[in-house]
Amino acid sequence: MAKTTIPEEEFTYPGGTGCPGCGANLVMRYLLKGLGERTILSIPACCWAVMPGYWPSNCLKVPLLYTAFEATGAAMSGLRAALDIKGVQDVTVVGFAGDGGTVDIGLQAMSGAAERRTDGIYVMYDNEAYMNTGIQRSGSTPWGAWTTTTPVGTSHGFKHEPKKDIMAIMQAHRIPYAATVSIAHPEDFIKKVEKAKSIKGFRFIHAMSPCPPGWRMNPSQAVEVARLAVDTHAFPLYEIEEGRVRITRKGKGVPIKEYLKLQGRFSHLTEDEVAAIQSAVDDGWKFLLAKESSGV
Amino acid sequence: MRQVMTGNYASAYGAKLSRAEVIAAYPITPQTSIVEKLAEFVTSGELNAKYIPVESEHSAMAACIAAETAGARTYTATSSHGLTLMHEVLMWASGARLPIVMTNVSRAMAPPWSVWVDHMDSVAQRDTGWLQFFCQSNQEVLDTIIMAYKVCESRKVMLPAMIIEDAFILSHTSEPVDVPDQHVVDSFLPPYAPELKIEVGKARGFGSLVKPDQYMEFRYKDMLAMREARDRLLAVEKEFKNVFGRSHGGLLEQYMCDDADVVLVTAGSVAATAKDVVDALRAKGSRVGLARIRAFRPFPHEELRALGSKVEGMAVLDRSFTFGAAGAMFSEAKASLYSCQKRPVMKNYIAGLGGRDITPKILGKIFEDIAVMARRGVEEEVEWVDVAGLPRRWR
Repeated sequence: MAKTTIPEEEFTYPGGTGCPGCGANLVMRYLLKGLGERTILSIPACCWAVMPGYWPSNCLKVPLLYTAFEATGAAMSGLRAALDIKGVQDVTVVGFAGDGGTVDIGLQAMSGAAERRTDGIYVMYDNEAYMNTGIQRSGSTPWGAWTTTTPVGTSHGFKHEPKKDIMAIMQAHRIPYAATVSIAHPEDFIKKVEKAKSIKGFRFIHAMSPCPPGWRMNPSQAVEVARLAVDTHAFPLYEIEEGRVRITRKGKGVPIKEYLKLQGRFSHLTEDEVAAIQSAVDDGWKFLLAKESSGV
Repeated sequence: MRQVMTGNYASAYGAKLSRAEVIAAYPITPQTSIVEKLAEFVTSGELNAKYIPVESEHSAMAACIAAETAGARTYTATSSHGLTLMHEVLMWASGARLPIVMTNVSRAMAPPWSVWVDHMDSVAQRDTGWLQFFCQSNQEVLDTIIMAYKVCESRKVMLPAMIIEDAFILSHTSEPVDVPDQHVVDSFLPPYAPELKIEVGKARGFGSLVKPDQYMEFRYKDMLAMREARDRLLAVEKEFKNVFGRSHGGLLEQYMCDDADVVLVTAGSVAATAKDVVDALRAKGSRVGLARIRAFRPFPHEELRALGSKVEGMAVLDRSFTFGAAGAMFSEAKASLYSCQKRPVMKNYIAGLGGRDITPKILGKIFEDIAVMARRGVEEEVEWVDVAGLPRRWR
């Protein structure tokens, strides 16, 4: 039997209530493999507020503070301050929030925590819509996607605004470390988490988190879709350390339609619209390459 | 040691003497000098605490919630729009059974903008599960913060408390305040040691999802805790008096009420003016009294029922209004007295909104009015006092 290339110890028990094929389940699993037991999580309203299970059950092996939807950043600051005043230094404080809880309602509190240099790791698992409430658009929903609040209808009413670039927002906060991670690349994922853990200050992890019900796709293809997101450059893997961008996986430049066609949320798009997405993805990739080579 | 200080400094000293360990705060007029003073205390090392300069009041309370869950004694202060922005997390703090103590400098709500006193902000939080103490003096502000930690941190209570200072009238007015010695406060208030806290090695979830067959028991226990807070407050205040030589009247402070025919019930700094008016009217032979609602939560039902059974008229002066109903203090006092065998005539006076002065003359007219109503019954149950365009002249 081949030796695994990621830590074997698990920090999640069976019994979580995630959907079949849930990307966020793997995000949590790999995150905790990278962080270990001396971790305190804070989770706002999101899928993972439900996935640990009903009280008094809890499928996580680390302590967990639930918090209000918009308050993850503030909760991180509060936890850190209490640990500091009590002299506890070897515990990693982690905020773990969805995309809506990060780029929309939680942006202010996260920005505050980042500006205050709160010593902790903020993880955004990005399923690109409000999935726990039933697939409503968020600021992180990509251009072209169907959601229940961007119904396609007869007038092509898909989401007509591009996704917020949360990594650029975090880079602008001049935090010491930010990285994108994918469940299709667990070694890269865990390596980045371990690196984040070794750094002091506010750190940010952006995890792509395929959502089979919300993306209208086959649950067995979650990892494949996540891999295609990287290979098509829809979701490049990179890190920003002290402001410097480094791409950790170049991807194969697979045409974006290969990624889109596995997801029902894009099935209404015309060829021209797919071409427009391809063009936007190409521009984004060129911009990232330029950032990397210019050293900013 | 006696010092001359504002209500805001009294709040800051109260938090310092209570050895708050985490302070998360956002500035708002007229609360600012509380958090400025605390920032000074922390920076100078006079107070060993972590000060989190948060980016909103919502985050201030959310950070206090997290810190308190991790076992730290926390404090914050706010006012009006800051308090109402916190509304969601105020419920979180009480629902999570966290004995956070906060000063609210009670200020009117916009629009139109006003930075001056009324109680709308505080009264609007009455259903959040916080203990609420309306203070009459700066000394009471300092003392009540210390007492509140002791009441709230007791095992059977574990609820948060709001100490309410009237904007400018207390917050920015200097009075002599006795600042007790730290070692005496330490002997009165032991360090915070909760039975449960979030810590590594114990994989607990704080605030998990519950089903309908579990939820109601949590709220029932909150109700029991608030009931317990009533008894704890009375016991703690007795102990406070033994140690510090003063007390502030339990849940309902009564002044000259024993033989009174009519009483005025109110809350906050206006009670001090009303006591002077009581003295002046008593000197002329009127048997009047003043009852001050010090604890709005838990509400002084028992005290008001005992008082209401022995007076002919009860005026309730609210410094806020619950639209579509009446002043909240009036409505609750009236509800308390409904089941009494003998009830007084009751009337609600709405006064002093947005910082308008409630003068001795106005208070004198309220006493006159309630005495008349006690004889012939109430015509209008709720009367707005000293409002331009209304027929009655109050000034």
